[in-house]
Amino acid sequence: MTILPPDHDRDDLPNDDQATQESPSRIVNPRREFLRSAAMFSGTVAALGGGLELLTRRPGAAAEAAPGEFGDLAQGQVRRPLGPYDTSEPVTPYAQATSYNNFYEFGTDKADPARLAGSLKVRPWTVKIDGEVRKPQTVDIDTLQSWFPLEDRIYRMRCVEGWSMVMPWLGFPLAALIRRMEPTGKAKYVQFTALNDPKQFPGQRSRVLDWPYVEALRLDEALHPLAFMAVGLQGRVLPGQNGAPLRLAVPWKYGFKSIKSIVRITLTEKQPKTTWSIAAPDEYGFFANVNPAVPHPRWSQATERRIGELSRRKTLPFNGYAEQVAGLYKGMDLKKFY
Amino acid sequence: MSKPLLQASAGAVKAPVRRTASKPLAWLVPAVTVGGSVPIAVLMWDAYTGALGANPVQRAELQTGLLCLALLILSLAATPLRLVTARLGLAGGKGWTWPARIRKSLGLLAFGYGVLHFLIYLFDQGFTLSTVTEDVIKRPFVTAGFTALLLLLPLALTSTPKSVKRLGFARWTRLHQLAYLAVSLGALHYWWGVKKDHTPPLIAALVIAMLFGLRLLGRKKARRSVVRA
Repeated sequence: MTILPPDHDRDDLPNDDQATQESPSRIVNPRREFLRSAAMFSGTVAALGGGLELLTRRPGAAAEAAPGEFGDLAQGQVRRPLGPYDTSEPVTPYAQATSYNNFYEFGTDKADPARLAGSLKVRPWTVKIDGEVRKPQTVDIDTLQSWFPLEDRIYRMRCVEGWSMVMPWLGFPLAALIRRMEPTGKAKYVQFTALNDPKQFPGQRSRVLDWPYVEALRLDEALHPLAFMAVGLQGRVLPGQNGAPLRLAVPWKYGFKSIKSIVRITLTEKQPKTTWSIAAPDEYGFFANVNPAVPHPRWSQATERRIGELSRRKTLPFNGYAEQVAGLYKGMDLKKFY
Repeated sequence: MSKPLLQASAGAVKAPVRRTASKPLAWLVPAVTVGGSVPIAVLMWDAYTGALGANPVQRAELQTGLLCLALLILSLAATPLRLVTARLGLAGGKGWTWPARIRKSLGLLAFGYGVLHFLIYLFDQGFTLSTVTEDVIKRPFVTAGFTALLLLLPLALTSTPKSVKRLGFARWTRLHQLAYLAVSLGALHYWWGVKKDHTPPLIAALVIAMLFGLRLLGRKKARRSVVRA
């Protein structure tokens, strides 16, 4: 169908008779003509099909499960009894939990972290703890880890994009670490800073976010027994794509609050500015509590897809942890403090 | 618009039958139809083998949306391509006309992927009408995409040579200029759908703007040359 401008001269479309007269070779050698057409046909199919595939197809990353230093605690062995904070829902398969997530330090595609995590060097690794604490220090990750007995926590994880997983973390309560650092009376917030190194984090070569990634919790949120520091996943050492060697897991908040690959923890008096709330303040607030009643400006938060399931399920207030954490926000307008 | 012209353009889109040997570029339209359908076959294969990753529904939704936008942009490139190649003195100074012959196929493929994209979205929402209506009305991101698809519907329905005759070429042309509005809304829908990295939708928008600019420029030139003649 031609939508040529009305005033365009139209005799440029050759009709069949003209064409045959102009190119007698088509009649002279039909076999050659057929082969030529077949070649052109195949070439065009390949070019268009291949081009469209290149432009639009993003196959998911296939992550292989590498045995970690903690051994296979969660898989294959007798299931341990659930703790008071664990969900009994089926755990997201390791392969999916480690191949589909947001970690913009590696890239904006959810397959990027698994694909590129090899560039992250998790040892040696130090964590600087400073600000309003009586015991500021820079500590090696292995020393820090040895301070606390490691626990399992099977948590729901709800991404702000509308998908969720069930993650069996391994780690220790954030409260234990904070208490050990002895906060001063001025401490009101806990700020976390992730590693800033474009050599290890190729995604940081683009200014898609303000690097380094910064997140924060109110001190009472951080001291809540659900707030967790993870160093492992499903009985294995935490893979790079999931935020090795040390990440936060606050299950009642959207996933972006649970900052990965932490290098610094600072207790502050004032509310820190956090990365996503700087990037889009009307879309991502400081609190970012999972709330089906407050839609993201561009999409609803009423439902989510649990990875591995085909249909959506209802999103629960505080991601199903309302009983434990709703009290932290008593009297607050959660539509305003989203 | 004179009658033979219409016939010429109508003849160009008719699927070539039998006279393969005598008709130039007879392989072109079938090749575009098959090539444009390759992604749907690969998508089904990917779904079967699990290559769509952990969130296959979202992956399929995104890819069909991208395919719709890409094919729509390609279909709108026909006239600008002819104008540019004419400027370059190609094809005897008249420019390439073959892109115009595959425009209908590209447009229909785009519409097909758009419908598929919408169906996947409906499936994703569990075919819950209340959620979908709320989305379409309340969320500009969805409104833009939905409107774009609605605009493509009359274009798909009037894509036959018969419709050109029935509407008259001028009116038909004006109707099909809606494709530009649809593709712009599609790009906006893409922009709003992206969480942070706006580079891909920006590239799409720039290509659309460039194609539109070339068309305006070419049209002005053509008009001027008509006046001179």
